[in-house]
Amino acid sequence: MPEPILEIRDLRKSFNALKATDGVSLDLYPGQIHALIGPNGAGKSTLIHQIAGSLAADSGTIRFLGQDIGGLDMAARARLGLARSFQISSLAQEFSALRNVMLAVQSRQGSSFRFFRQVASDRSLIDPAMAMLERVGLAARAHVPAAELSHGERRQLEIAIALALSPKAFLFDEPMAGMGPESSKQLTSFLDGLRHETPMLLVEHDMDAVFALADRISVLVYGRIIATGTVDEIRSDPEVRRAYLGEAA
Amino acid sequence: MFTALLIEQLLNGLQLGVMLFLMAAGLTLIFGVMGLINLAHGSLYMIGAFACATVAAATGSFWLGLIASLAAAAGVGALIEVAVIRRLYDRDHLDQVLATFALILILSEGARWVFGSFPLYLDIPPQLQGAVPLPGGGQYQLYRLAIIAVGIAVAAGLYLLISKTRLGMRIRAGESDREMIAALGVDISTLYTVVFALGAALAGFAGALVGALQSVQVGMGEPVLILAFVVIVIGGIGSIKGALVGAMIVGVVDTMGRFLLPSLLALTMPAAQATTIGAALASMLIYVVMALILAFRPSGLFAAQS
Amino acid sequence: MTRETTINLLLALLLLAMPLAAAGLGEPFYVTLATRVVVLALAATGLNLALGLGGLISFGHAAFFGLGGYVAGILATHAFNAEPLVAGIPGTTSMPIIWLTAVVIAGLVALPIGIISLRTTGIYFIMITLAFAQMIYYFAISWPAYGGEDGLSIYVRNAFPGINTTQPLPYFLACFTVLMATLLLFRLVEGSRFGSALQAARQNGTRLAAVGIAPFNIWLVAFVLSAMITGFAGALYADLNRFVGPSMFSWHMSGELIVLIILGGKGRLFGPVAGAMIFVCLEYVLGGITERWQFFLGLILLGIVLFARGGLLGLLSGKPRHA
Repeated sequence: MPEPILEIRDLRKSFNALKATDGVSLDLYPGQIHALIGPNGAGKSTLIHQIAGSLAADSGTIRFLGQDIGGLDMAARARLGLARSFQISSLAQEFSALRNVMLAVQSRQGSSFRFFRQVASDRSLIDPAMAMLERVGLAARAHVPAAELSHGERRQLEIAIALALSPKAFLFDEPMAGMGPESSKQLTSFLDGLRHETPMLLVEHDMDAVFALADRISVLVYGRIIATGTVDEIRSDPEVRRAYLGEAA
Repeated sequence: MFTALLIEQLLNGLQLGVMLFLMAAGLTLIFGVMGLINLAHGSLYMIGAFACATVAAATGSFWLGLIASLAAAAGVGALIEVAVIRRLYDRDHLDQVLATFALILILSEGARWVFGSFPLYLDIPPQLQGAVPLPGGGQYQLYRLAIIAVGIAVAAGLYLLISKTRLGMRIRAGESDREMIAALGVDISTLYTVVFALGAALAGFAGALVGALQSVQVGMGEPVLILAFVVIVIGGIGSIKGALVGAMIVGVVDTMGRFLLPSLLALTMPAAQATTIGAALASMLIYVVMALILAFRPSGLFAAQS
Repeated sequence: MTRETTINLLLALLLLAMPLAAAGLGEPFYVTLATRVVVLALAATGLNLALGLGGLISFGHAAFFGLGGYVAGILATHAFNAEPLVAGIPGTTSMPIIWLTAVVIAGLVALPIGIISLRTTGIYFIMITLAFAQMIYYFAISWPAYGGEDGLSIYVRNAFPGINTTQPLPYFLACFTVLMATLLLFRLVEGSRFGSALQAARQNGTRLAAVGIAPFNIWLVAFVLSAMITGFAGALYADLNRFVGPSMFSWHMSGELIVLIILGGKGRLFGPVAGAMIFVCLEYVLGGITERWQFFLGLILLGIVLFARGGLLGLLSGKPRHA
């Protein structure tokens, strides 16, 4: 087995008496889609926030590409190559779709402390950003302000921004949430093709997508991972059936 | 002798702290419940002082003046809440700052129009004139002691109001979940007007009390307002307890700084120089304290959990 | 050319033509009035960088305005009295040196203030910037070396090589040139990578961090740049009035700078210019009618905040800004 890209060990986070993350350990391997599933309130988003750096863990370690990133803020983790999408779309609302992506290209290229060259005519920003929009099928809407995009388009834009960072790993927090069945199917096949390029940790409620995509699945219940394995292993795990699928069925 | 002076200054610090608490309690309550930053709070302080001075001059009774200050500040508070402030609850902080800044201009110039530019004077009521002996051989103004006592009583009263009464329950509910209490059938806009008027009354009351120590004039509320902002920032915006602790810190640090810094500096430099440098540094002291506190606790000492 | 660009050009021409005409008609007072517009517009342009582009509601920009003013006043006083400043460095009456010093000092003071203030957000940021400005205000009042409460007079307006600054019109033209150059700079910065990041920080700081750009650094640089421009304006203001006093540091001044931006249109290039024109007109026209003109200023401001949120340029150009 190759070295994991992302290595989480014994992560803990409490909100007063509530143990939102209770000793989670998890590995993300190259070329894989690792799905994180669990009932509502299991602490999936809290976990993603801690990995991305928008929430500080109480204890435990997060190693990314062999480096301990626990002390880094969100921006520093993103620069290392950890890209995320948000459960609820989080965009620069007044900027066009294109400029939202250009921001990510600009970050990847290095310094944002350039004060004179105009971005509106900067091909080195526009061309790669446009290419990303084309990849997710949003090129026709490039010049529409993010605030005026439809819900599904915003989700696509989030993915385009994450792609533009040329990351080493993705953290996707319910990328299909609120999408229609057709768009979900398209996104599923898109993510399927992406796994060899970039591994991803995927939080998703759409079980069809999870079972179609995941190389490995971890099941999170009340802040603890109760099982990790392949799709078949998870399907047949009695504890998972009891704790999770049993409820859902 | 030094002990007596020290005790006197400490009491002065407490008295300033108590005044600041009366201002800050209203500000922090209004922010906590309605999410509003109200720059015009200092104008309500001024209105209280003017009302007290005018009524006291007309009737000869400071006590009637005090009642008038409460009524006037609460009345004007309720009026501007209904006319202007309630349109600002859903706006961003910038709009709130600007609109309440505009209210200051209107209320200050309005007060000049009505009362003229000359200061009014308010006498300390006869029952509270005189001084009491201090341990160590000094004397302390009875009126200032009374202010401290009144401030402590108001703090206790506010605590009881908020923790024990039905209105207090609604205020606390309003802080945590606006929509929920509206859904439960509480008339939210009346609640907001009441809270605003309550904060205004506290500010007007403070203005009236201080009016007997200083002159009553337009603009008197502004330095106090800014100190009250420092208080609530130190204490944690939205927290009454924070306002109390912050007010005491600011009152005592400011007063003791002005008292002690020049003497401390005099140990290392000529007296005249020590006095000027000491005074300059002392005037900055509370802001330094605030910056230090915020550098370590960016949401103040008793930040409401959100 | 968009409608807003046309309006901007017209405003610039109007601002230039009025004092030229006034000087031609022998009315130097109006030239001074126009210079006041220019200097206030410059100060507010500084704030507009932080507030309009970056969304940083600084309620303490008077600190930088006053610092710039005091740099001019203090350097000129030392030169006038022929006393060295410190360590044998003499004062000066040379505007280029004064301007440079004002800009550098404002930036140096803004750096620690920004580092501390930017740890906070929202209402705390408003309050803490206000408090820092008050701190400097009280220091200026209680420090007697440079006039304390009484302020400092500049007996003869400082000099610029090749320009007779003691005449109203040349001084106006110098200030106007500075303003136009700054506006050009503002436009360039707005369209640059830095400007993109800054505007994104205002719209959604979390999004900016998620693509790997720390909003703190962007905001800090914007805050310092913004203070430098406002400090520059302070130095010009001191020479305009030939006087500096603690009121330049007052929180009313900070409030007025915000008001200028809002009157004209927040985040718009010429918002501060339009705002300063309206403000000085009101001050002059209403002030001529009644001593209590601020009462009416308050009413107008209240009306704008409650009912016309785009400011004058928002009304004239008729559509919200979109990047």
